[in-house]
Amino acid sequence: MLFRSLLAVGLSGAFALSCPVLAADSLPVLVIHGQQFEPGELALPAGTKLKLVIRNQDPLPAEFESSDLSREVLVPANGEVTIYVGPLEPGRYQFFNDFNRAMQGTVVAKGN
Amino acid sequence: MLATAIIMFREVLEAALIIAIVLGASRGIVGRGRWVATGIGLGLLGASIVAILAAEISSAFSGNGQAILDAGILLSAVAMLTWHNVWMSAHGRQLAAELSAVGADVQTGKRPLAALLVITLVAVMREGSEAVLFLWAIAAGGAQNASMVMGGVGGVVAGVLVGLLLYHGLLRIPARHFFSITSWLILLLAAGLAAQAAGFLNQAGLLPALGNTVWNTSHILSQTSLTGQFLHILVGYVARPSGIQLVFYVGTLMTILLLMRSKGGGRMARVRAGEGAPRTSD
Repeated sequence: MLFRSLLAVGLSGAFALSCPVLAADSLPVLVIHGQQFEPGELALPAGTKLKLVIRNQDPLPAEFESSDLSREVLVPANGEVTIYVGPLEPGRYQFFNDFNRAMQGTVVAKGN
Repeated sequence: MLATAIIMFREVLEAALIIAIVLGASRGIVGRGRWVATGIGLGLLGASIVAILAAEISSAFSGNGQAILDAGILLSAVAMLTWHNVWMSAHGRQLAAELSAVGADVQTGKRPLAALLVITLVAVMREGSEAVLFLWAIAAGGAQNASMVMGGVGGVVAGVLVGLLLYHGLLRIPARHFFSITSWLILLLAAGLAAQAAGFLNQAGLLPALGNTVWNTSHILSQTSLTGQFLHILVGYVARPSGIQLVFYVGTLMTILLLMRSKGGGRMARVRAGEGAPRTSD
């Protein structure tokens, strides 16, 4: 039973992996500026794997972390990183800066 | 100051707990202290190098350098923990017998001392590089940040103290149960680290997620709470695991158990295999 459902999600995951990635110029961007995430609520399409750019404009390093998204990445001061996100179920996913936990935001995944 | 202390405490905690467990599990092996200390030293060196190169590492592998490095570090720790546990399943009974004789040395077998070194090295290096970067950024802020630096140092001390507490707690376990308990701890630790590695490989786009949220227990126990973080480190608790993390967790668990049974074959291995499923699988 468990094996069958694992197999099912496995197949859908493999299918999603083969989907084309969005073109570079249309990547969603999350900016860190003045120890705030901008936007604080980031809307992303559900059900597709996409790249997310995290751009740090502060002179402090940040660690973008989200147990909801299972993501953890260092963003150097005045630097930028690109991560893969999804495919996500529609819903809300919290994230925060592990170096400044007052800095929080939410990814809102919406279906088409 | 307190905020800084808490952040540093969280960064240090994982390394402190892992070192406490392997120090406990390698009890009775001659020379382990020197190897673990060398591992900590090299780990701090590695952490500083990673911190200095943070920007370069981030941009490597089209922005996935960090995730790939983290996955590599974690998987090498899993390999070493596996080696350690398999070795212990062959020699643990003898070690347990000799623990009763004070100061007895273990003379047989190829001792997994290099494994101890690598485990400590990677444990310190992984979280240490973040800690170094963080402290560095604060220190660069100048004199007004002196209290934050103090807080950071306080957090490091607190993390090390928790590690010491766990180590001394482990030492109180009676000798006849000692190695079967520490090998369970290492087994769950290794499975949890393998699941973390799977998360990073998925983050880098190298593995499919196989479903992003197989279950969600964040409303019962948030992974970012202190209890959640302890369980995350010790047994690999994940509030919203992806399918690939489960595959790695269970796969690592089964692989190590099978290796322990085939190499050990003794009473301990059978007892361990019969103790039922780990907490995280429910």
